[in-house]
Amino acid sequence: MSQLNIRAGRKAGVFLGIIAMLFAILSAGAPAKAADDPSTYAYTIAGTLLNNDKPLADVTVTAQLDAFKASAKSDSSGAWTIMVPKPGIYNVSIDKATLPAGVSFTKADGDKMQADLSQTDFAAVLFSFGKSTVVEQSFSDQLLVRVWAGLNFGLLLAMAAIGISLIFGTTGLNNFAHGEMVTSGALFIWLFHIVLNLNILLSAVIAVALTTLFGWVQDAGLWKPLRKRRMGLNQMMIVSIGFSIVARYILLLFFGGDTKDIGGGGNIIKLGPIFTSDIALISLVICVLSLAGVALFLTRTRLGKATRAVSDNPSLAAATGIDVERIIRIVWIVASALTGLAGVLYGLQFQATWLTGFDILLLLFASVTLGGLGTALGATVGALIIGMIVEVSSLFIANELKYAAALVILIIILIVRPQGVLGKKQRIG
Amino acid sequence: MDWLNALNLTAGEFVGAYTAAYVLCALGLAVHFGFTGLLNFGQAAFAALGAYGYSIATLTFGWPWWSAVLFGLLCSAAFAVVLGIPTLRLRADYLAIVTIAAAQALKFAVSASIFEQVTGGSNGLSQFGDSFYSLNPIPKGRYDFGVFALSENELFIRIVAWSLIILIALFLYFLTRSPWGRVLKGIREDEDAVRSLGKNVFSYKLQSLVVGGSIASLGGMVFVMSSQTNQPSNWGTNFTFMLWTILLLGGAATILGPIIGGMVFFGLLMFLQSVMEGLVNMGWLPFLDIAQVGQIRFLLVGVALMLLVIFRPQGIFGNKKELQFNG
Repeated sequence: MSQLNIRAGRKAGVFLGIIAMLFAILSAGAPAKAADDPSTYAYTIAGTLLNNDKPLADVTVTAQLDAFKASAKSDSSGAWTIMVPKPGIYNVSIDKATLPAGVSFTKADGDKMQADLSQTDFAAVLFSFGKSTVVEQSFSDQLLVRVWAGLNFGLLLAMAAIGISLIFGTTGLNNFAHGEMVTSGALFIWLFHIVLNLNILLSAVIAVALTTLFGWVQDAGLWKPLRKRRMGLNQMMIVSIGFSIVARYILLLFFGGDTKDIGGGGNIIKLGPIFTSDIALISLVICVLSLAGVALFLTRTRLGKATRAVSDNPSLAAATGIDVERIIRIVWIVASALTGLAGVLYGLQFQATWLTGFDILLLLFASVTLGGLGTALGATVGALIIGMIVEVSSLFIANELKYAAALVILIIILIVRPQGVLGKKQRIG
Repeated sequence: MDWLNALNLTAGEFVGAYTAAYVLCALGLAVHFGFTGLLNFGQAAFAALGAYGYSIATLTFGWPWWSAVLFGLLCSAAFAVVLGIPTLRLRADYLAIVTIAAAQALKFAVSASIFEQVTGGSNGLSQFGDSFYSLNPIPKGRYDFGVFALSENELFIRIVAWSLIILIALFLYFLTRSPWGRVLKGIREDEDAVRSLGKNVFSYKLQSLVVGGSIASLGGMVFVMSSQTNQPSNWGTNFTFMLWTILLLGGAATILGPIIGGMVFFGLLMFLQSVMEGLVNMGWLPFLDIAQVGQIRFLLVGVALMLLVIFRPQGIFGNKKELQFNG
C-alpha cells in the first residue's frame, strides 16, 4: 500500500533514486546477523541527497540510537547507506559543516530526521534542500486516495470473504485455515512467476488451480470425514485452528520466512489526484467480474440455487433430492478458487510472506461477521466496509493501528447490531 | 547424540517458569471453556494485560510489586467487563471471533509507536523486576538439582509460580464445587435450563470471564517476570492456541488437566526439539537446518491440537460426558 502513498510535488527523481537503491540493496541480499561487525548488520538506513536534482557528494550523514552511532558519506550520485545492528527509531542527522556552500535545508531543523526501523529492516530518509517544493495534498484529495485504496483492498477481501461465507453457509464451519489459502495463492504465483520465470497469466492460472486443489483435498481429506462423524461445529472450528497452524508452518518450511516481491508495484498511473498502478486497476476489474460471476451463479443457475437451499436448510434440501455432499464439494472448489485468486492479486499488488493470509484472516472474519454470517452479499458489503475503514482510518490515526481500528469497529457494530448489517436475527444466541 | 542433555532439558521444562506461566493461563481458560463453555480465543490479551499492567505500573508509575500486581489484575478484570458486556450475549462462535479480534487489536495497540513512551512500542519493556526480586530470601549462587542448575532468581520465580499454581488449583477446586461453580457447569450444559431456574446467565458468564481472565493475567506476570522482558510479539494468537492445546491435552473440565497438560506439552516439545536438533547435527535430517527445527515445533502443536480434538476431546484426565463443545 505504501508504494501508492506518494505526495504530489515530491521530486520524482528522488523517489526513483530511493527505489533504485532499495532494489540494489535487496538484490545484494540481506547480510546475516552476527556480532559487532558492521558489514553483518541486518538493518539499513539509506537515502539520496539531491539539491534541485543535483546530487550532493561527500556529505556526512550520522545515524544514532542510544549508544550506537554510525556515519557514512554520500557518493558522487548523492546516495548514502548506513548499516545498523538492531531495530528501533534512529535519529539521522547531517553534518552541516560538510555541506557545499550555498546549500540550505528547506526547514530550519531539516538537518535532523528519524528513521523508523521498528517494523522493517529498511528505512529511506529524505533530506530536503532549497525552497519547499512539497505541496500538501488537500484533505479531500487525500480522502479520495484513501477511498480508492479502500475500494481496492475491500474488493480483494470480498473475494476471500465470500469463500469463508459460502463454506460457513453450507457446512456451518468457521474455517480458521482460510487465510492459508490466500497465502498459498500469493506464494504459488511468486514460485511460478518469479522463481520459475513463467508468464504471469500462466502463473496466475497455475496458482489458482493449485489453491483450488488444496481446498478440494482439504475438504475431501479432513472436513468430509469429520462431517461424517457428526462432529460438533465448535470442535471443527478448533480443528481448523490446528490445521491452519500446520498449513502455515508447512508453507514456512517450503517457502522460507522472507518477504516476496512479485509485481514490484506495477507501473504507476495517475487518475486525477489518485496515483494507482496498472496492476491495481486490472485487479479491480478482475475482482468486480468475479464477484458479479458469483452473484449470477448463486441467483441464476440451478447449482447456485441448490447451494442457497443447502445454506438455508440442509435436511430439507436433501429431502428435495439435492445431493448435499456434492453441493458442499462444489462450494469448496468455488470458494478456494476465489480465495486463491484473491491471494494472487494480493501478492501482485502488495507483497507476500508466509503470514500474508493469517494477517488478513481476522479482517476476513470481520467482513463476514459485519455483513451477517453466511450470506454472500453480506460478506461483500462487509468486506468493502472493512477495506474502507482500514484505509480511511489511516488519515486520522497512525498507520500501524489501521487493522486495530477495523477490529474495534467490528466489536462496536456487534454491540449495536449483533446479526450484522445484512444478517438475520437467528444468528445470535 | 547427547540423550542425557535432551533429558535434562526436558526435566527443566517440566518445572520451568514459562511452563508455569502457560499453566496459569490454561487454568484461566479452563474456567472459561471447561467450566462455563465460553469459547475464548483471546486469552493472550488477558495475559498481556497482566504483563503490561505490571511492567507499566513499575516502570512508569514507580509502584512497588504488590500494587503493580493489583494494577495488572485490575486491567485484565476491566478488559473482561468491557469485552464481555457486548459479546457474552452472542453465540459461541461469534464470541470466538470477537475475542480473537480484541486480542489482536490490543496487540496492535501496545506495539504501536504512538504509545511508545508507555508501552515501549514493538521493543516492549524490560528490567521491571527489581522490586519483586528484592523479596528473594534465597542467598546468591547457583543451585544444582542434579539434572539442571538455577540461579537464586530463577529458583525464586519457579517457587513463587508453582506455589501460585497450587493455590489457584485449590481455589478452583472449591470454587467449582460451590453453588456458584455448579451454576457455571449448568450454563455449559444447557444455558436455557439455567435461565429458566431464574439465574442471570449473562452475569455468571461475565463473572467467569473476569475470574479466568485474572488468573491468566497472573500467568502473564509470571511469563514476563522470569526474563524481565515484555515484548508484544509474545502475545500473538500462537500464545492462545498453545493454551488451547495444553487445555485440551490435559482435559478441559478438570483442574489437574491444565497443570499436567502444560508440563507434558512443554516437556514433549523440548524433548522432540532436542532430539531433532541432535539428528540435524548428526546429518540424519539433511533437508532441515537448526532454525527449521524450531518451526517444526509449532507444526507439531497444530498436529497435536487437531488430533486431540478429533480423537480425544476430553484430554488425558477428562470425562467425555463432561466436555460439550455445544454447537
